[in-house]
Amino acid sequence: MARITASVYTSHVPAIGVAMDLGKTQEPYYAPLFAGYGPARAWMAANTPDVVVLVFNDHANAFSLEMVPTFALGMSARYEPADEGWGARPVPPVVGHPALSAHLAHSVIREDFDLTLVNDMPVDHGCTVPLSIMFGQPDAWPCAVIPLVVNVVQYPVPSGRRCLELGKAVRRAVESYDEDLDVQVWGTGGMSHQLQGPRAGLINREWDNEFLDRMISDPEGQAAVEHVEYVREAGSEGIELVMWLVARGAMADLAGGGAPTEVHRLYHVPASNTAVGQLILEDAPR
Amino acid sequence: MALEKPYLDIPGTTVFDTDQAARGYHLNQFAMSLMRAGNRERFKADEDAYLDEWPMTGEQKQAVRDRDYNRMIELGGNIYFVAKVGATDGLNYVQIVSSMTENDAEAHAEMMIGGGRSPDGNRYLHEWEDKG
Repeated sequence: MARITASVYTSHVPAIGVAMDLGKTQEPYYAPLFAGYGPARAWMAANTPDVVVLVFNDHANAFSLEMVPTFALGMSARYEPADEGWGARPVPPVVGHPALSAHLAHSVIREDFDLTLVNDMPVDHGCTVPLSIMFGQPDAWPCAVIPLVVNVVQYPVPSGRRCLELGKAVRRAVESYDEDLDVQVWGTGGMSHQLQGPRAGLINREWDNEFLDRMISDPEGQAAVEHVEYVREAGSEGIELVMWLVARGAMADLAGGGAPTEVHRLYHVPASNTAVGQLILEDAPR
Repeated sequence: MALEKPYLDIPGTTVFDTDQAARGYHLNQFAMSLMRAGNRERFKADEDAYLDEWPMTGEQKQAVRDRDYNRMIELGGNIYFVAKVGATDGLNYVQIVSSMTENDAEAHAEMMIGGGRSPDGNRYLHEWEDKG
C-alpha cells in the first residue's frame, strides 16, 4: 500500500529560482539562504519519495480570471513550466502520476471536497521553485509530482480549517492506494510578505516563528486562525501560509497516530520581498 | 445584507476580493495576455493600440501607461496579473513592488535586508490616520 512518509513546508519565492537559474546562489545576498537549505537537501537526497503531492497557488499563470478554482488537482502525466512574463524557467518538465491522481480525485471528492480536475495546465514558480529548493538542478526531477493548486489570490479563499481537513482526506486517499509508494505532501508559499500597496515590504519575524511553532505542535489551533489575521500580521500575500495546513493535515497525529518528528527548520529574511521558512516533519513510525 | 470585510481596516493594503475582481476583470486579463512573448512585443511596439483591444476603462488604461501600480490595484488590478506589465518592462518584483511605497528600489531592498517593514504601527487604519 502507499504511505505518507513526511511533509515538507517551504516558501516558493520566484527570486530563489532566479538565483539558481542565473548561478547567483553563492553571491553574498543568497549564500546564507542556500547554506541553510543544505540540511534539507541532504535529508531529501536520503528520503526521496516516489510521489510528491505539491500544494501551491497559481499566480495568474495557469488560471486567468476566467475561472478561479478553489482547489484544483492535476491529473496529467506531464506539466510544462510556465512563461510568467519573463520567459519560462530553464527547469525540467514536471512528471505527474495520473493513476494516483485519479485515485485521489475519487477518494477526496467522495469525501465531499469538490475538487476541480485539471487535465492540462502549466506550472508556475509556486511548483517549480520548491522542486529547485529541495532537489537542486537535476536533468529530470527525481520523483513524480501531483500538483494540488489552492486559490489564495482572489477572496474568498479557503479557510485554514478547510485546508487542514483536505490534508486529512489526502492522507486517507493515499493510504487506500494499492501500489507500494512513498508519498510526501509539500505545503508551499509564504512566509510573511506583502507585494502591493504602500504597506508593501511587511515582514513579521515574531508571527512567522510562532506560526512555525504551531505548525509543529498545534495545527488544529492554527487552523482556526482567520484570514484577516494572516493579512494584518503577515501581509496580504502571507495568506499563502494557509496552504501549509494541507500538508500538516496529512500527518499521522491528526489521524490518531503519533506526533511527527521535526528534522529541519529554517527561517531567513529576506529573499526579494519575502521572509523564507522551511520545515520538514517525518511521519510517526507505524 | 452587505458582506463583512474586516480586511478593509488594514492600512496601505487592498485585498483582491470578488468586488475588486469584477472591477478589474479586463485590466487583469489584458495583463495576463502579456504572458505570451508575441503579445509582449506587440504591446511594446504600440501600447495605445494594444490597450485599445481591451474593454478597459480610460482610467485603467492611463494607470497602465503611467505604470502606476497603486492606481492599477485601486482600479481592480491584482499584483500577480499587473506584475506582467512590469515583467514586460524588464523589471523584477523588488522594482515593481517598491514603486508602490515611499522608497525607491534601492532603499526598499535595503529595508528588506534590514528585516523588512515592521508590523508595528501598520496594522490598523487609525494608526496611519493618527500619523497624519
